[in-house]
Amino acid sequence: MIRLTDIQKSYDNGTKALKGISMQINDGEFAFLVGPSGSGKSTIIKLITAEIAPSGGRLMVNGYNLNNIRPNQVPYMRRTLGVIFQDFRLIEKKTVYENLTFAMRVVGASPKEIRKRVPYVLELVGLGQKGDRRPDELSGGEQQRVAVARALVNNPSTIIADEPTGNLDPQRSLELMMLLEKINELGTTMLVVTHEKELVNRFPKRVVAIENGRIISDGMGGYYDNETI
Amino acid sequence: MKRFNFGYFLSEGFKSIFTHGLMSFAAVCMIVCCLLIMGSFSLVAVNLNNMLGDLERQNEFLAYIDETLSQEEAKALQPALEQIPNISEVRFVTREEAMEDFLEGKDHEAFQNLPPETLRHRFRIHVDNISLLRQTVKQVEEVTGIADTQAAYEIAQGFIVVRNIAGAVAIILVAILLLVSLFIITNTIKLATFNRREEIAIMKMCGATNGFVRWPFVFEGMLLGLTGAILAFFFQWGVYLLIGNAIDTSDTIQLITVIPFGKMALPVLGIFGATGLIIGMGGSVLAIRKFLQV
Repeated sequence: MIRLTDIQKSYDNGTKALKGISMQINDGEFAFLVGPSGSGKSTIIKLITAEIAPSGGRLMVNGYNLNNIRPNQVPYMRRTLGVIFQDFRLIEKKTVYENLTFAMRVVGASPKEIRKRVPYVLELVGLGQKGDRRPDELSGGEQQRVAVARALVNNPSTIIADEPTGNLDPQRSLELMMLLEKINELGTTMLVVTHEKELVNRFPKRVVAIENGRIISDGMGGYYDNETI
Repeated sequence: MKRFNFGYFLSEGFKSIFTHGLMSFAAVCMIVCCLLIMGSFSLVAVNLNNMLGDLERQNEFLAYIDETLSQEEAKALQPALEQIPNISEVRFVTREEAMEDFLEGKDHEAFQNLPPETLRHRFRIHVDNISLLRQTVKQVEEVTGIADTQAAYEIAQGFIVVRNIAGAVAIILVAILLLVSLFIITNTIKLATFNRREEIAIMKMCGATNGFVRWPFVFEGMLLGLTGAILAFFFQWGVYLLIGNAIDTSDTIQLITVIPFGKMALPVLGIFGATGLIIGMGGSVLAIRKFLQV
């Protein structure tokens, strides 16, 4: 569960990115976080992944209180999250299989666990036959599937996707979103940050809209029809 | 550290050396150069210290024997003198031998026509540690039968000053060179690490602990440091032999005695190895620190 209570964030240059955000994403929920550029979406993601600390308010992520989390606890909090980025962030010199192995290795998984889990996850994202390819030999959609597989491979309770369809065409975007929906149905909490209105409106999910660091709407599907966003 | 993690760190560190071959080559070259400069200077200091030691050992003082003692009685004092700490060698000189020495010396005219009885029997005494000369002379004076002593305290003091200055300069220069080496290695490894900042960021985002991220770099640094140390050792050996041979065969600098490299090979290898390991490991830890703040 992710809970933000009156979260505020000011940067050193004086910019107030968040001005009192309160929301809760329950276990197993699928939520879109939408808003224009500069609205504070990325700041929320960085706060949830503990890349930055809030200036005020309370922030709980999967049982960890990020207001006073010890630095040596941050890696363990991050293991409860899987993060997907717009630019995939795959390691180019490693194969698809090695990219996933790498993600499992860093959390101390044994070779036996890796041999068991990686093929399963690759099958789940539809890349069972492409484990030996390098990222530059795959299409954009396939690369993003690898990123999804990597986020999923350590079996996190929550996946955070930051503009996952930003580099994909509409058809691949739809396929990816359906994949994320399928993963959510298997029990993983999903928070998807996007500004693709049509895509959001095709899924009857919760949509949290923010603008200028404040939540302007929060409800189930169809809420993302404000032309200013 | 889990067993499979240790293997993973080691293999990742090893692979990374070849993945970033040019940077690794640069780092090894830096370590070799730094160790060579440091090693060469240290070996010069060791040889200088050895030569000073030789000169110190040649420095002697005289203990004159009471005139009332016969030659046999005077000679019988030798065991008592040899018992005194810090004395390395005691040689009995009869008054006749002393006179012969004077007659062969540059002031021989002043001693001509003088009977040997003018002089006293004496001991020529060498000490181990010249800085303790004053205490040793005092202990010799306390031996019954010793009438007087003659020691060149100024020369002894000169040796002590030269040795202390040489020691201090060596320590300061080696310390400076070590710091410079660490700085250069840190920057070289930092460049290699910079190429992998994305990889580190991904590791951190996946939940890797700082230790997990750091270990492969530490192993890499250690391997680079050890490789550099071993290469530097062989280069040092070659350079030392070359210079040693040149000194041995030279007509003009035969006064200088060079310690054979074989006598110092093990300590040099040990010091190079330890320094290489510490520089490589320390350089890696310092270099990666910034990239762990994700």
